[in-house]
Amino acid sequence: MREKILEILSTIRPECDFTEDVDFMEAGLLDSYDIVSLVTNLEITFNFRINGTDVVPENFTSVDTIIAMLGKYGVH
Amino acid sequence: MKVSLIELFEETVRKYPEKTAVIDKDRTINFADLHKQALQIAAKIIRLGVGQNRPVGLFLDKSIESVYANLGILYAGDFYMNLDIKTPAERIRNILQLTEPAVIISTSRQVKPIAAIIPDTVQMILLDEEAWDEEVDAQQVTRRLSSIIDTDPSCIINTSGSTGTPKGVVLNHKSFFDFIDWAIDTFHFGDDLVMGSLSPIVFDIYSFELCMLMAKASTLVVLPAHLAAFPAKILEVLEQHQVNFLFWVPTIMVNIANMDLLSAFKLDSLQTVWFAGEVFPTKQYNYWHHHLPQTTFANLYGPIEITLDCTYYIINKEIPDEQPLPIGYPCRNTDILVLDDEDRLVSQPHVEGELCVRGTSLAMGYYNNPEKTAAAFVQNPLNKAYPETIYRTGDIVCYDEEGLIIFKGRKDNIVKHMGYRTDLGEIEHVIINTLKLVKNGCIVYNQAEKQITLFYEAEQEIQAAEFRLQIGKVLPKYMIPTAFHRLDQLQRNANGKIDRLFYKKQVNK
Repeated sequence: MREKILEILSTIRPECDFTEDVDFMEAGLLDSYDIVSLVTNLEITFNFRINGTDVVPENFTSVDTIIAMLGKYGVH
Repeated sequence: MKVSLIELFEETVRKYPEKTAVIDKDRTINFADLHKQALQIAAKIIRLGVGQNRPVGLFLDKSIESVYANLGILYAGDFYMNLDIKTPAERIRNILQLTEPAVIISTSRQVKPIAAIIPDTVQMILLDEEAWDEEVDAQQVTRRLSSIIDTDPSCIINTSGSTGTPKGVVLNHKSFFDFIDWAIDTFHFGDDLVMGSLSPIVFDIYSFELCMLMAKASTLVVLPAHLAAFPAKILEVLEQHQVNFLFWVPTIMVNIANMDLLSAFKLDSLQTVWFAGEVFPTKQYNYWHHHLPQTTFANLYGPIEITLDCTYYIINKEIPDEQPLPIGYPCRNTDILVLDDEDRLVSQPHVEGELCVRGTSLAMGYYNNPEKTAAAFVQNPLNKAYPETIYRTGDIVCYDEEGLIIFKGRKDNIVKHMGYRTDLGEIEHVIINTLKLVKNGCIVYNQAEKQITLFYEAEQEIQAAEFRLQIGKVLPKYMIPTAFHRLDQLQRNANGKIDRLFYKKQVNK
């Protein structure tokens, strides 16, 4: 799953390295347009629907927080 | 009699010096302090030797600083041109070449990405590098304003142009007076508006919010741009500051509806919601209306060239999901002419024509661009007696049985995407001519998915990531296509031209 998420991220922002240990939001790797694309891509790839209340910055700071959020929906 | 928007501000400052003018995260500023800061900016511009009626660029994110800098530019008797700090340097270069601003106001941090491309002739004011300790002679500043007339520009707003360089729409003071007078009269706005400001500073909506701040002591609550993707956070801020007025583009309102967030946030204070800039699907509008039955909703319509909006519809009846929301009736002191292909006036219901506008609201034209100005701002074909300019919007509309105007589509290749007016021809131009990524291509818009889609001819597929990387160097992010389709050969029409209509139909099946 980690690889799939990294693949989605690198399609959205090809010029960025998402394997670095940084906060995606604070480092400016993802902006608001990217989040919209990311949410859509995650929903299609893993076939589930994210609740609006989960679309908050803290769930998108790293690949780990994304995985943790997906876990809440039973996506492993 | 008032001729400059700043005169409205002066009155407000006298009446409400202690009232909060701007809330920017955990900082606030009152009207008296905002006034002081604006005068400092004006005095600095004057000290630099800048004459009146000159464009001054602003390269800042939306903040307390951007608000007082905009007011300071007006105080100096000049006009502001706000620039998007996220726009690639190349595009900023094109805008600067066309407009040749006298000064750019920014900060040492924010100016970095464009520092190398700013021409030597442009003077800089970096807010964090100035001492701001000089005594300002307020009377000297306001004296300078006395020679301004109401047809002098107040701002330039840039909009997408098919040749790769944006067009700078020049708006004067008078047209803003016209619009805010209509707004205040029609919606009975008092001195208690708290505006949830989401639009970037380059949008005309932000300029309207500035006007309301000046005219009615409205409080502007900055909703940080980086939260735009997180509607739940935005709604939290609206509740926290008891925002009672929103003027938004529908994109985020659709997201909020699709995420069913109004079940979690009650927005009890919200009295008036305006939306404009693109079509708001009725289904998602109905979601808002049903959750906020006490709130007044109005659908506004208009291109930047007529100062904000020229028609409106206060929605006061149930509209079934499958029917479009009307764009309504002309605003007061604005005349709408619907003209058919032969410039005859259309008045029968369901007959389509181009929406044209007559009135004080018209822009002065496009900055340094007489050809484009002459093509869009034309003599009223129904008036042969004296010179009278109308603006041709390129929007196709019709009347319904009740005389309400219904938006049908565009004459050309322009779409509204995420609130931005986007000329698909400009994206094609960049991909094919500027970057030479493909030899032939055609951009169409998928209305349902809100996707800019590229069909291109190439022997081998080009990775989406590669397209995004290259195009992102020249165009802002909202203009980058999100769907790419390779073909050996693009469909051609009888004249041998790429059959755009075919692809348009294909993605909108």
